[in-house]
Amino acid sequence: MNLHEYQAKALLHRYGIPVPSGKTAASPAEARAVAAALGGESWVIKAQVHSGGRGKAGGVVFAHALSQVEQEAARLLGSRLITRQSGPEGLPVHCLLIESPLAIERELYLSLLIDRERQRIAFMASRAGGVEIEALAAEDPEQILMTQVHPAVGLQPWQSRRLGFGLGLAGPQRKQLDHVMRDLYRLFLDCDARLIEINPLVVCKDGDLMALDAKISLDPNALWRHPELAALRDRTQEDPREIAAAEQDLNYIPLSGTIGCLVNGAGLAMATMDLVKLHGGEPANFLDVGGTATAARVAEAFKLILSEKRVKAVLVNIFGGIVRCDLIAEGIVQAVREVHVNVPVVVRLEGTNAEQGLAILAESQLPILTASSLDEAAAKAVAAAR
Amino acid sequence: MSILVDRNTRVICQGFTGKQGSFHSEQALAYGTQLVGGVTPGKGGQTHLGLPVFDTVHDAVRATGAQASMIYVPAAFAGDAILEALDAGIQVVVCITEGIPVLDMLRVKAAFEGTKAVLIGPNCPGIITPGACKIGIMPGAIHSPGRVGIVSRSGTLTYEAVLQTTQAGLGQSTCVGIGGDPIQGMDFVDCLARFEADPETEGVILVGEIGGTAEERAAEYIRTQMHKPVVAYIAGITAPPGKRMGHAGAMISGGKGTAASKYQALEAAGVSTVRSPAEMGRRMAELLAS
Repeated sequence: MNLHEYQAKALLHRYGIPVPSGKTAASPAEARAVAAALGGESWVIKAQVHSGGRGKAGGVVFAHALSQVEQEAARLLGSRLITRQSGPEGLPVHCLLIESPLAIERELYLSLLIDRERQRIAFMASRAGGVEIEALAAEDPEQILMTQVHPAVGLQPWQSRRLGFGLGLAGPQRKQLDHVMRDLYRLFLDCDARLIEINPLVVCKDGDLMALDAKISLDPNALWRHPELAALRDRTQEDPREIAAAEQDLNYIPLSGTIGCLVNGAGLAMATMDLVKLHGGEPANFLDVGGTATAARVAEAFKLILSEKRVKAVLVNIFGGIVRCDLIAEGIVQAVREVHVNVPVVVRLEGTNAEQGLAILAESQLPILTASSLDEAAAKAVAAAR
Repeated sequence: MSILVDRNTRVICQGFTGKQGSFHSEQALAYGTQLVGGVTPGKGGQTHLGLPVFDTVHDAVRATGAQASMIYVPAAFAGDAILEALDAGIQVVVCITEGIPVLDMLRVKAAFEGTKAVLIGPNCPGIITPGACKIGIMPGAIHSPGRVGIVSRSGTLTYEAVLQTTQAGLGQSTCVGIGGDPIQGMDFVDCLARFEADPETEGVILVGEIGGTAEERAAEYIRTQMHKPVVAYIAGITAPPGKRMGHAGAMISGGKGTAASKYQALEAAGVSTVRSPAEMGRRMAELLAS
């Protein structure tokens, strides 16, 4: 679960990590009032959406008069910000963060994340702040410093020393970095974070370190331990189709093709998409009905897939392990009857009670094509979609 | 022979009297697994499915000599259950549970370092040596004892590889589902090394997916250490970057962890790769026939 920048900064502040002074606003008038209260002669207005690349998309602007603050706020609020990460529909802007600008000396990168390779929490830092770290990792990995923390040993002083010297920080800033890293590590553990990214972490002209931007992603599997953090979720930033799917315990990601896929198991769902592509088609979605699919959930999955008008055929691929294929078949029949499916449906059932499942489909008299192998199923679905 | 578990492996179930634990314990017993008891705190002394129930894993190990444990404890308590099994001397800990918090798993992972015990999972189908020992949620009927080792990050995709090798008449020595979580127990390399050393395993099918670098590390191991033929399939060549595909570990970020980069590494290591998941069994049959 992702947090907004203002929510992330509030957490950083609570843990003692310096952030710029600022406040949120939900209307142009409020934006003006916030700016007036902050004082000074210029302000930064930052659209609060769950995406990087906001600056380039026009979602971060400077204003040099209160009237300009109001104008920019009116432009941004209620609009949809289209960034390189947001997809073509963009993300809705309901909230702005108004901050006082900083006099910046240097921009650095600092994050705390799960290092899968080393199976540890790791700090990642770079002298190249403000850039996309993934691009930097690909182009110039030497620029990235990393240090892993043993869960039982905890963060040690040498680790911040190493990063501090590596970043070329002077004595007082190294000491500040040590504090920032300790506070971040504490925050990471307390909140069950998956990622805390400060990009950039700036060295101000007066020598102080400050978190100019912040991104926090929380472990969805641990939210039950943190009801106060779970309450920070902003559903307007999520794809409504994915939310609806999650409520049905379905794992659904819309894509751009024409062949709807309904599969049990995440790996098999990806493999089914791959097969569709190998046979010359394009998958319309990723959909995993889970290991304990029931007839009702299969019916819901069908509705979800068919809510996309571009879907020209549906491919159902079920490998019944614990899931019984006869129950799945009942779900398919129920769904096809209920939602008046008007595109071809190709079904491949394998595993537990597959034969009974196929018999149920045959008895239904519905126009359902069956396939006895993975290849045949994909080929039939691609042909049917043409 | 086989790897990790065989017909003599004595197994207990943690979360024994729960719905999942009961169902899969019955299935394991029906398959012939040497299930010798189970653990549910507070129900020690009772009998369930004709087997003794214990309050603690330590009690169960003392009374039954169990060497392996299958864990069906809810996610909030699963990390603790794994650590209890480790301390009680269980050698093969198999955790099926999905959705364990990452921080819990980081502690578990560190606790296993430097020990001889292994953890399989979490969020996995488990391990099976066909005809001998089934620890997990896989359908027993599609397996047949045989020559191919299977190691996979995905549940249902493992079943595809199993069915295909059964239909090809090859059968399986042991199948290990290592799970789809970012922090996990055994990885590909741990399993490949055991398959390489197992005289009954003649070839290995590796089923990977996008995200992380486990397949790349497997490729390095195969290139330098392995002599048996390996067939590999990587799921997710069509997956869009930045989106999580069901498994918490399955995500491409920053051009790393793509199916293309994994295929490249595996092919450079001499692995026979297939682009279609329908080809795994056939390709292995060709390799073992030549």
